[in-house]
Formats: sequence, C-alpha cells, structure tokens
Amino acid sequence: MSKLYSGAEIVFKCLEAQDVEYIFGYPGGAVLPIYDELKNHESIKHILARHEQGAGHAAEGYARSSGKPGVVLVTSGPGATNAVTALTDAYMDSIPLVCISGQVPTHLIGTDAFQECDTTGITRPCTKHNWLVKDVKDLSKIIHKAFEVATTGRPGPVLVDIPKDIQFQKTKYVNSIKRKKLNGKIHNKFNQGEIDQLVKLMVNSSKPILYTGGGVINSGPKASELLRELVSLTGFPITSTLQGLGSYPGDDNQFLGMLGMHGTYEANNAMHDCDLMINIGARFDDRITGKIDEFSPKSKKVHIDIDPSSINKNVKVDLPIVGDVSEVMLSVIKTLKKKHPNFASSNKEKTSKWWEKISEWRSVNSLNFINSDKTIKPQHAIQRLYELTKDKDTYITTEVGQHQMWAAQHYKFNKPNRWMTSGGLGTMGYGLPAAVGVQIAHPDKLVVDIAGEASVLMTIQEMSTAVQYNLPIKIFILNNEYMGMVRQWQELLHEKNYSESYTAALPDFVKLAEAYGCVGIRAKTPDELDEKIKEMINVNKPVIFDCLVDKEENCFPMIPSGKPHNQMLLGPNDQKENKITGKGKTLV
Amino acid sequence: MSKPKSAYSIPGKKQKSDTHVIVVWVDNEAGVLARVVGLFSGRGYNIESLAVAEVDSKLNISRITIVTTGTPQVIEQIKLQLGKLVPVHKVADFMRGDKKIIFKEMALLKIVGNNIKRKKAIKFCKKFNPVVLDKTNKSVVIQITALRREIDTIMNDLKKTGLVSVSRTGAVAMTRGAEIFK
Repeated sequence: MSKLYSGAEIVFKCLEAQDVEYIFGYPGGAVLPIYDELKNHESIKHILARHEQGAGHAAEGYARSSGKPGVVLVTSGPGATNAVTALTDAYMDSIPLVCISGQVPTHLIGTDAFQECDTTGITRPCTKHNWLVKDVKDLSKIIHKAFEVATTGRPGPVLVDIPKDIQFQKTKYVNSIKRKKLNGKIHNKFNQGEIDQLVKLMVNSSKPILYTGGGVINSGPKASELLRELVSLTGFPITSTLQGLGSYPGDDNQFLGMLGMHGTYEANNAMHDCDLMINIGARFDDRITGKIDEFSPKSKKVHIDIDPSSINKNVKVDLPIVGDVSEVMLSVIKTLKKKHPNFASSNKEKTSKWWEKISEWRSVNSLNFINSDKTIKPQHAIQRLYELTKDKDTYITTEVGQHQMWAAQHYKFNKPNRWMTSGGLGTMGYGLPAAVGVQIAHPDKLVVDIAGEASVLMTIQEMSTAVQYNLPIKIFILNNEYMGMVRQWQELLHEKNYSESYTAALPDFVKLAEAYGCVGIRAKTPDELDEKIKEMINVNKPVIFDCLVDKEENCFPMIPSGKPHNQMLLGPNDQKENKITGKGKTLV
Repeated sequence: MSKPKSAYSIPGKKQKSDTHVIVVWVDNEAGVLARVVGLFSGRGYNIESLAVAEVDSKLNISRITIVTTGTPQVIEQIKLQLGKLVPVHKVADFMRGDKKIIFKEMALLKIVGNNIKRKKAIKFCKKFNPVVLDKTNKSVVIQITALRREIDTIMNDLKKTGLVSVSRTGAVAMTRGAEIFK
C-alpha cells in the first residue's frame, strides 16, 4: 500500500519533480491548503508579489531570463482574474508559464459562491490549455501534463484550477513526467528536401536577408550559437524583431538593427528590396510588416517556425519549414557545408552590390537624434546607460511605449535571454515585476527596467516585493510626464490634440523610492547623468532612477500608418538637413 | 504628415470565399466544444452549422462537423488552429461541393392542416426519405434527410401546406467508397 497524499502535497510533489525552485504568488481563501503545505518543502521558495498581475509578470521575467517555466500561484476569483493580463501577455509572447489557481470547493461551483469565477472559461482564450481538476486522482497527471504543454512546441501559459476540497482530499501520487512527445502536438516534421530547397534559394540569391524573431530565443542558447554560425557562414545581412534582440550581437557589422515600425532605415529597406527573405522564428506581426500588400514585393519568402499555424497566417510564403529553429538551422549549416564548402567566399561577390546598397541606407543614420546640452534626450540617456553597463552582463526589461522602442534601438544586446519586453500584448506595467523575476533567477547580475513614468505606476507596488527579497533591481524611468507614445500618435495622427495623455499629478519618485525603502536618484541635466547612472549601478539596493527627459521628443524612425517598409518617417532631422527629398517627412 | 488616420494596416485585397466542411475528432471532455467554438468566435471565423456527438465511447472520442465559409487562407488557419488544441486528435476538411463526400442534414417538419394538405406535404417530401414520426387528424410530423439547400427549398414549398414548425440539425459528413477521412 503506497502512501496517500493530500491534493496540496501532490501539488508540491509535482513541482519538486519538475525541479521548480521559485513560485510567484499571492495567497487567498481558496489556495490556503497549498500555502499551508509550503513550509514542508524547502527546495521551493515562494515569492510574495503585491498583486497577482505582478506575480504573473515576475514569473514571465523569470522564465524568459532562465529558460525555465515560470510558476504562478493565485487564489480563486479576483486572484485568477488579476492574473489574466499576465497570462495573455505570456500567450502572445510565447512564454512558458504554469499558473495554479485555487477554486471554490467542487460542491459550490456554479452557485456564485464567494470569490468564485469561471476561471477556466475566462482563461481559455489566453492559455495554450487549461484544466479544472474535478478528481484528486487526476491531479498529478494534470500538473505534469501542464508543464509538458507549457514547455513543448511553441511555449505558452497553461492554467490548472484546483477546487479547495480537492486540495484536502487524499490519493496516491503518480509521477508521470513525460519528456517530449505530446499528443502529436510537437512539430518537427521538416525533411531534407525542404532544407535542400532552402540551400538552393540561398545559393541563388543576390539580395538575401535573415529576419529572426523570438523563436530563436525560445529554442534555447544553442539556437543563438547556430544563428551566429549561419550568419558568418553565409555572409548574409541579418535583422531582428523586438523579441529576437540578443540572439545575434547587436554591435556586429552584419546586423542591421531591429526592423518594423520603429526599426532602422537599413533593416526595413533591406526587407523591402530583398530577393530572399528567411524568417527564422518570427511571425510576420503587423508591427513588422507594415502595409501587407506592399510587404517585400520582390522576394521569395522562407518561414521557419515551430508553430504550423504561424505559417501563411499574415503573409503567404514560398517555402514553409515547420520545426524547431535550432534543428532546422543545424541541418541548413550541415547541408551548406557539405554541398557548398566555399559558400561564404563565392557569395561575397554575389552579394557585394547588395551590401553596397545596405551601406547607403546605413549612412542615413536613422537612429540619429539632435542631442542637447540643456535637457536630457531620452535616446542619449539610454546610450549612456548602455555605455556604462555594457561591460557587465546586464539584463534589461522594459515597460511599453517610447522608452521601450528607444531601448530596443539604442541598447545593444550580445546574448540571448538578456532582453525582456512585452511585445505582442504591449502591457504597460510589465517591466518592473519582470525585473523582479529576472533578479530572482540571476541574483548577482545587474537588472535594469527601462521604464516610462506612466507605465511604471501601473505596477509600482512591486517595489515592495523587491525590497522584501533584497532584489537590487534598477528602475530607470525616462520621465517626460506624458504617455509618450500616445502623445506621439496624437501629434502625428490627431492634430496635436493631446487628449488625456499628460499626467498632471505624478508622485515624487525619489520620495516614493524612500517610502518603499529603496534608493531614489534624480537626474535633471546631461552633465550629471553619467555620475548618477554610476551611482545607481553601485548601490546594492533597489533603485528608482527618475531621469527627467525632454518632454517633446518623438521616437523615430517610424513607418507611419498603413505604409510599406520603404516609406519611413525619419523624424525632424531629415527635413532640416534636407538629406532626403520627397513629400514632407515621408520618404520614398 | 501623410493623410491616412489609421495606425493599423489597411485591409488587403479580398480573396474569394468558399464553403467548407471541417470534421474534428476530439476527446469528449468538459469544455472541449467551448474551446472549438471559442476559437471560431475569438478569431472572427463564422460557423454556418455545427453537429457534435460522441462516436466512440471506449476511446471517449467525439466527432464535430462544422460548416464554415472563408478564403483559402482562413480555412487553412482554422485547420491549423484547431490542430493546436490539446484535446483535438485530427482535423479533416473538404469543400462543400466535393463529389467524394456525402453529407446530410436532418429536419423535422410539423404540418398542421386538413388531410389534403398533409398528404400534399408528404408528397413534396418524397425525394428526401420522408418518415412520418407522428400523426393526428390535424397534424403530421415528417422527418427528412437532405442537403441544406434542398431543405431550404422544401420549407418554402411546405409553407402553403401548413408548415408550422421546423427543427434542423447541422450537417454530418462521410466519405464515399471504402476510404475514410485521414
């Protein structure tokens, strides 16, 4: 007769079997039995957030920076609904999360009980799968399956809803960890024929480009190594989406910078004019493609993705390859080496004109901005932050808005998993709790949340979490008193009617920092900026850095509304210096 | 600044839409229908008709038949998105006009009227395997199996013979010959 365990014990036995070290959560009535069991499991540490959304984003930050699934524990009703934003965020950005939620006891389900909600109903569209556990005998199987679903194929969030009575009931524990293989949902179906076709396209192309995305990060550190090998082997130019930053060194000469709405001039023009586009682990998001009818009209398109439903969703491609990007890249490299041993040198000549064109675009210097010695320009602040932190292995999270785009443009990443930002859902308030999760995963590393003053106020309560666990995260606020991106769009699209985008009352962030028990630093002028940033880095405590920046600055370059890649707006510079002729600020 | 106000991309060229029948084999578990239907509503696909029932009680498998309309790209997405759902085992799809496929809908028709009208009604239904399920001296309930448009037509015809109530199922489908859906 094997030992009987309560549902709550089984939860922890499963988490232990899955090598979970941290859970991010918030207690409440319907999860009390699980919280009661916490004390008996030393290998698992609970991080108490201040809001369930914060717990969710912290788990996302943990997952993205460590490559392990993030675990969230919340109570029923409001606990679960508060976690929905984080689940949706993880769903959009393919982050593996396992959310365990409490539920009212089975016999009360459907009675509108206190703190009851239809959690599995609410989270159905924002999880890969979810379960309501109705029998304690199914619990261990479901939790193991939940980890499997979250981490295999295209990763994503899952939720297990456990009624309170199930947490008390006793049963045997079944360790049913299955590694790999899941109900035919893993798609590594590519074959050598497809690889041969791709290699043929590569050999014949004179204007190729690699366009890489978050899939390369999700495929693990090996994918980034393989990508570097592939890029050096082919000599092709490479551009990356917001989520893919870091998979290829940002300061390398073959890297054209980020593409898309706020991508560089050279990356977007290269995408538009190329004859071969190889998409590796990206999904032709609307922020990337611009006007879809005029998206890269002259190219053959290859799409490598683990999720078959990503293929032909937004853009019709000529050669789809469904598979894990690491394995596909490995096959491509092998085939290329075998069939075309001196590809790099033979290709150099073929693509030399293409590279000339790219350097022409590069010379536009689209990330340029007019600096000032009186006010801090936000781009300048990020450049200084980069220069002063690049020698450390720095982890950057962001909120959402102008500061996020400036960070993506001006902070150069060299390694994967160092850049955590909410891309798909665009969740303001993501960065601070994500930084908490990153710092938990990497206690000795420098973790900076590049923030905007509006975004950060959405989850500012998590400073308290950072203080509780001695997490020396740095909240680097580019404070322009506006919801900057909203203001920018109102300026460009709504005749400068700044409707509700100015925050007339803001807290004193330095005092706020002190109130939370951390350190507040303020920088007002460009002269003192470096000094203050250094001060921030050297404090071994959480810091809120209030960087007062130019209030009017806009984020350029930009592909304006419904325009294709080759019609970018370069910002105030291009008109003043008359570099580019055309209709107003619009490039042709 | 250029004129267009929308910050999002302008809709592209519209492709031609076709009606497809999609057959899905799923685990018969709580919420599975909600997942399938939610996928359609959440992504803006439309459902023309839906039929679902358990077909294998041992393996606990239900078969869902969905009739939907969309461009080839949308139909492809529907299939791939359905395939991603954890309880979905396989997905088959074919055009409504496909000659290799039989599909049928059933309808129950209630006629209220005198003897002449009731007889006339049964006669109208002759081509569609009419079965009289219930009759009184004032009414008759006829079951027919036919294609959607055939049922549409007959409903129109039966208006003058005293049709008072109709209950219809969604389409179910089966391949002709020895082959089965892959």
